[in-house]
Amino acid sequence: MSSEAAIEYEVAQGRAKAFYPRFERKDELQHQTHYCPGCGHGIVHKMLARAIDELGIQDRTILVGPVGCSVFTYYYFEVGNVQAAHGRAPAVATAMKRSRPQSVVVAYQGDGDLSAIGSAEILHTANRGENITVIFVNNAIYSMTGGQAAPTTLLGQKSTTTPDGRSAATEGYPLHMSELLATLEAPVYIERVALGDNKQIAQAGKAIRRAVQNQVRGLGFSLIEVLSPCPTIWKMSAVDAQRWVREVMEKTFPLGVLRDRTKDAAPKALPPAAPALEEIPRILGVAEQDLPAGNAHAMEPGRDVDLEVRIAGFGGQGVLLLGEVLAEAGLDAGLEVSWLPSYGPEMRSGTSNCHVRLSSRPIDSPLVAAPGILVAMNEPSLRKFDHSVRAGGWVIYNGEAFPEDCVRQDLHVLAAPFTQLADELGDARASNMIMLGALLEIAGALPGASVDAALRRLVKNSRWVELDLRALERGRALLKHSFPEVIG
Amino acid sequence: MRKQLMKGNEAVVKSAILAGCRAFYGYPITPASEITEAAALYLPKAGGVFVQAESEVAAINMLYGAASAGVRAMTASSGPGISLMQEGISYMAGAELPCVIADIMRGGPGLGNIASEQGDYHQVVKGGGHGNYRTLVLAPHSVQEMADLTALAFELANRYRNPVFVLADGFVGQMMEPVEFPQEAVEAPTPHWAVTGTAETRANLITSIFMGADELEAHVRDLEKKYKLAGQREARAEEWFTEDAEIVLVGYGIVARILKAVCAEARDGGLKVGVLRPITLYPFPAAHFQKRAKRARIFIVVEMSNGQLYDDVRLALNGARPVEFLSRMGGNVPSHEEVLRFVRERAAQLGQKWRVHAAPVESAAQAGQKEKMAHV
Ligand SMILES: Cc1ncc(C[n+]2csc(CCOP(=O)(O)OP(=O)(O)O)c2C)c(N)n1
Ligand code: SF4
Repeated sequence: MSSEAAIEYEVAQGRAKAFYPRFERKDELQHQTHYCPGCGHGIVHKMLARAIDELGIQDRTILVGPVGCSVFTYYYFEVGNVQAAHGRAPAVATAMKRSRPQSVVVAYQGDGDLSAIGSAEILHTANRGENITVIFVNNAIYSMTGGQAAPTTLLGQKSTTTPDGRSAATEGYPLHMSELLATLEAPVYIERVALGDNKQIAQAGKAIRRAVQNQVRGLGFSLIEVLSPCPTIWKMSAVDAQRWVREVMEKTFPLGVLRDRTKDAAPKALPPAAPALEEIPRILGVAEQDLPAGNAHAMEPGRDVDLEVRIAGFGGQGVLLLGEVLAEAGLDAGLEVSWLPSYGPEMRSGTSNCHVRLSSRPIDSPLVAAPGILVAMNEPSLRKFDHSVRAGGWVIYNGEAFPEDCVRQDLHVLAAPFTQLADELGDARASNMIMLGALLEIAGALPGASVDAALRRLVKNSRWVELDLRALERGRALLKHSFPEVIG
Repeated sequence: MRKQLMKGNEAVVKSAILAGCRAFYGYPITPASEITEAAALYLPKAGGVFVQAESEVAAINMLYGAASAGVRAMTASSGPGISLMQEGISYMAGAELPCVIADIMRGGPGLGNIASEQGDYHQVVKGGGHGNYRTLVLAPHSVQEMADLTALAFELANRYRNPVFVLADGFVGQMMEPVEFPQEAVEAPTPHWAVTGTAETRANLITSIFMGADELEAHVRDLEKKYKLAGQREARAEEWFTEDAEIVLVGYGIVARILKAVCAEARDGGLKVGVLRPITLYPFPAAHFQKRAKRARIFIVVEMSNGQLYDDVRLALNGARPVEFLSRMGGNVPSHEEVLRFVRERAAQLGQKWRVHAAPVESAAQAGQKEKMAHV
């Protein structure tokens, strides 16, 4: 390109409608940009502004600016402007486009911004095939911060952080982001262009326009990488910088189309219309009319309940479900309830446990430190928690007999091979419900209708409901048989 | 009003959508993942957007985008994820963008563990990102409050154009309690400052850049004014038997629940104990503390972190009363007994006597049960 064209790098005022006629967001020198003479950013701006003009989308355009020399894109473009954090423009653009699908969202990024700190965001945005346009200005260096190495810095190229030139041995090789992104399925159009001469500039303009147009047509992700001169940091004249783009940079970053599915890509469907506001509670399953009325009326009048239960066992034994059915039944019966699962360190060995409280009064703490009833589905759980059961409390233990060394004299113990009993009923996994049956008999507080309703709410499979109901009955019978005196 | 049994984490999402949230960007992490999962299930049905981001860094920047587009947006995470979000949160505060972030705290530092802790207090309440900003912080202690305070968080985020945190420990996120929701969804009009890709919003700009020193200082002063106003209007606390309390227990989240139980027992033992529970951690409800300092002789801070809330209580009291401190960490929860023991020791030092009951007070149900069992 001639030096005459280089002068054109300046964004001349009033050229494109998508530019502000005067750059009033700038503090001073409002008739010119902040870019150095010969800088590629200015010319890329101009090509983008022209594309916006030609496509007639100025009102619809949202420009997401990066951190880098082009941080002030909002000085120039008379479109909706959002300034993003370093490297994150694709994430910002993703969300803007998703929420405003009628808008045209362009993310503008430098090579440090896109290929270093923002490498994850660009990769995943491209991989999701977001219907946005990315303009990627590659000048092989961190310009704004004074010339440190970028992932795109050429081998041997000097920078303030590669004073002897980039070495593959220590800094690796120039990162080919466009090639990398072109290995993904989703992107529609990826092309590398350059600003090395007039012909290249003309091609760059076309590519940028097409990348924006793809979005307008709803086709999906398009990215244009522009090899762009930075005479200031490269310490070259504008003309030499341009030549360097053409003769040196291009060798590492060959120009051309890396992906083009513009012809085959089908426009993306717009999201379905949002439901009416009145529909929302129903959609969330919180609409009053859809909630069960409960069986509070079935509670023994005047019955004061304060049940503190700890349930423990191996994961997969139905510990949490047992607790949930109990809590759900309590709620159905009009009681205050809480259910708190233990998780974290205690879960490591594959054991799980939960705290359940049912009370006639508001529950202060949902943690059950001293349970009135402990359901221990295996021996480790028994050994872990039996000491915590309050004096006079109950232990329901899944085992033939209580281990000799852990019998507390002040507890009531129902020990039975619940797994085996469940197996006899049809499925060993129903042991939790047999234990719950026994527990309900001991607690004696909950109306059967509430337990039934809770079970049906939580267990969706009808075969399981039937089995669980039989299991509950089995548990009740077992308790009655073992402790006939308990039945009031 | 009919109630439903629900996990705190799930209640957050339902409440958020009712409060007008239409965008959720998140990255899974225990014990906050149920929020992200429920968002994936419900947001698209409600006409909103859900994206599982590639990282918390991306998630918070997606929030930045959604908020810029004038959409009510939220995310949820825990310790390590919140650490990663801090730059983005600072940007949002700087650009005056509303959003709601639920932090369901787990153990730290580092990978720590996934058990319930409160160690994110400093990074959330003090604004763990860079620069001169604050975030508003709401601290639920029940599932109902997970719902109610999430709705409030959206209201405050929009009113103050600032990120608002819902800060809960793992237990409050994981536990199930009965909860009820408003039956009307909030209509969330697009704010006038948003950038939506329309002719009307073309002149709008979202940025946190203020190039001149005076310009940036003026901006930060404006933010300060906003925080001060929030301090005057939004500070909240729950007072539980504090009217005549000589010993005031202080805690938030699950700890406050334990403190309420301890309070009941201590009062049974004749000790004048109350619980002061900050509901907003920023703005900190300092006035409540100053008021209670008139009568209380001692404050006892209980937390599942290393003295983070403790700092704020001491600041609020400014030396007016001694502040004692009890903490458990790593997933350990201060037990009822250990807190009670601590309280009794301090009470004894204050010369207060524990009234030993001739017969321990127990509920009718327990008594009844015992009677039944007497035969066994
Ligand atoms: C988190 C963060 N880290 C570092 C910076 C400092 N920084 C600003 S711009 C920049 C590099 C920009 O280089 P590039 O994206 O290539 O853009 P150019 O200036 O070359 O156009 C860096 C490192 C920052 N603003 N934020
Ligand atoms: S330093 Fe380089 S990239 Fe930055 S404005 Fe100057 S020429 Fe352009």
